[in-house]
Amino acid sequence: MQTEQKTKTSDYIIELRAVTKSFGNVNAVDGISFGVRPGEVVGLIGDNGAGKSTLIKILSGVHQPDSGQIIVRGEAVRGWNAAKSREAGIETVYQDRALAPQQTITRNIFMGREIKNRFGVIKVKQQYAEANRLMRDIGFTSKVFDPDSPVATLSGGERQGVAIARALYFDADLIVLDEPTTALSLVETAKVFGFIENVRARGRSIIFIGHNIYHVYDVADRFVVLDRGQVVMTEVKGAISTPEVLIKHMQEIAELGHATDASGT
Amino acid sequence: MFGSGSGSEQQIAREDASGLVKWLRSNRRAITSTLFLFVMLIGFTAANPEVFTQFKTYRSVMIALPVSMFLVVPLVFVVTAGEIDLSFPSVVGLASYAFASIVDHGGDPLIGIAVALIVGAALGYLNAILVVRIGLSALVATLGMNFFLRGLINIIVEGFSIAIPEIRDTFIHGLLTDDPIKIVDHLGIPNQMLWALAFTALGVFLYNRHSFGVRVHCVGDNPESAAEMGIDVSRTRTLVFVFTGIGAALAGIFSVMINFVWWPTTGDGLLLPVLAGIFVGGTPAWGGIGTVFGGMIGTSIVAFIETGVIAAGLTGFFTQFFYGLIIILSLIFQRFNGGRVR
Repeated sequence: MQTEQKTKTSDYIIELRAVTKSFGNVNAVDGISFGVRPGEVVGLIGDNGAGKSTLIKILSGVHQPDSGQIIVRGEAVRGWNAAKSREAGIETVYQDRALAPQQTITRNIFMGREIKNRFGVIKVKQQYAEANRLMRDIGFTSKVFDPDSPVATLSGGERQGVAIARALYFDADLIVLDEPTTALSLVETAKVFGFIENVRARGRSIIFIGHNIYHVYDVADRFVVLDRGQVVMTEVKGAISTPEVLIKHMQEIAELGHATDASGT
Repeated sequence: MFGSGSGSEQQIAREDASGLVKWLRSNRRAITSTLFLFVMLIGFTAANPEVFTQFKTYRSVMIALPVSMFLVVPLVFVVTAGEIDLSFPSVVGLASYAFASIVDHGGDPLIGIAVALIVGAALGYLNAILVVRIGLSALVATLGMNFFLRGLINIIVEGFSIAIPEIRDTFIHGLLTDDPIKIVDHLGIPNQMLWALAFTALGVFLYNRHSFGVRVHCVGDNPESAAEMGIDVSRTRTLVFVFTGIGAALAGIFSVMINFVWWPTTGDGLLLPVLAGIFVGGTPAWGGIGTVFGGMIGTSIVAFIETGVIAAGLTGFFTQFFYGLIIILSLIFQRFNGGRVR
């Protein structure tokens, strides 16, 4: 872990340095430093109220930090907001997936950002072809639906896939997945993991936020554990042999405010 | 990969979904209402072959039907956006009052048309302020507007109507509406029907192929998602009300052009038949989906009921009974196209 932190800052797509954010008296994010490298899946875990959501909203530009630096590809950014976050190649897949279920997959992928000419006429064929390509990229090989199928015909995991495909289309270098496996069955969860594998294979990075430690353990290369607005542990997967070890660390953190072994920060 | 479906049975299912099957599936609501119209017309023809095998029967329906079509097209957008507009009968009345009184005072009919369109759009915008900006219920606010605007008309004209027979000789009248007395002698479709069809075609295009229509779908389907994806939900909702105001103005202009008279009640009788036409045509009340073409078919179904009932030899007392019966039957048929999916 120590050797990792010595890598150049420009290796990070985005890096937060000593970022804070408080709401009234609550220090939701209390001096967090962390970064994401290209092609890396970061599992962001922590109990309710640990600051996960606030951290995500800072990354997506919904919240501006009170203090600290945001560094995109080695350069500090000023006036951080949602537009700059997207310019930096960060797409957030929200927990509710932001889909319109009665509309087609294509329409959902391009919702709000249709491919159209200057008169507003939609290039239907181009959208269809792009949606088809994206579905294949993401690993939608099922034959029962195509880009014209309504999202309502898809399962929860497949809907998550559509939301991820949308993020991919807009050339995200970093996709933030907020609780993507919540309320999904085992098979569905496996599908979402399949999508994540595909995203990683394309050299994109992911921040995976989850409550379920087993899910996070399976998918992440590196774990960042938050507690009361601070990073209390950062560890690569190789250093943690099983999910149970990770859960034990989490329990210690909950009781003591830090992990007992040297891996805690 | 994990993302794949589970096995070969799904692959087989996909091969069956040819272009035609997909087309039928995605247009099933409009197809249902079209079939319903044909079945109904066949029934009327069986009841009275003499009347329903003559073209002039259809032509006589096509004289007034266009007025409803100018309303139903934008109203399908409103319902798809998850809203409703019950003020359109009075918007028809007020916009056409502007047109009729300008022509009556010797003004150019083109100026009358322009002013009527502005009045319609402005009243639509007023609805949008109440519903979108202030956040009133669309059902209640536009119902209130319907009474309010009709009351305004009554206060202004004190019961008097405006006759503008002079419009008959103008070029614009010939262009928009052929004289209905004259065309009965010629074989042909009234000009207003052609304009209404062109308007419907424009509506179909906007609804399915333009970003405005697509955003209307998304907003009606899930406004929270639409907002998260950067769609300006308030703007989209505002535009559907303005569009309805413009449609109502067109309906009013055509109504006066066809009748040569503006009455203080102009538009009043349209409320229920046009509303029924939206839903009979296959647009469900819950928002997110609908069909503009079906809306046109739905108003046609409603328009033919009265003719059919009379031609079938029943007295006028049966008209409302059959209105109700046919509306309910057609909605039952639409139910086979499925309920709301989430």
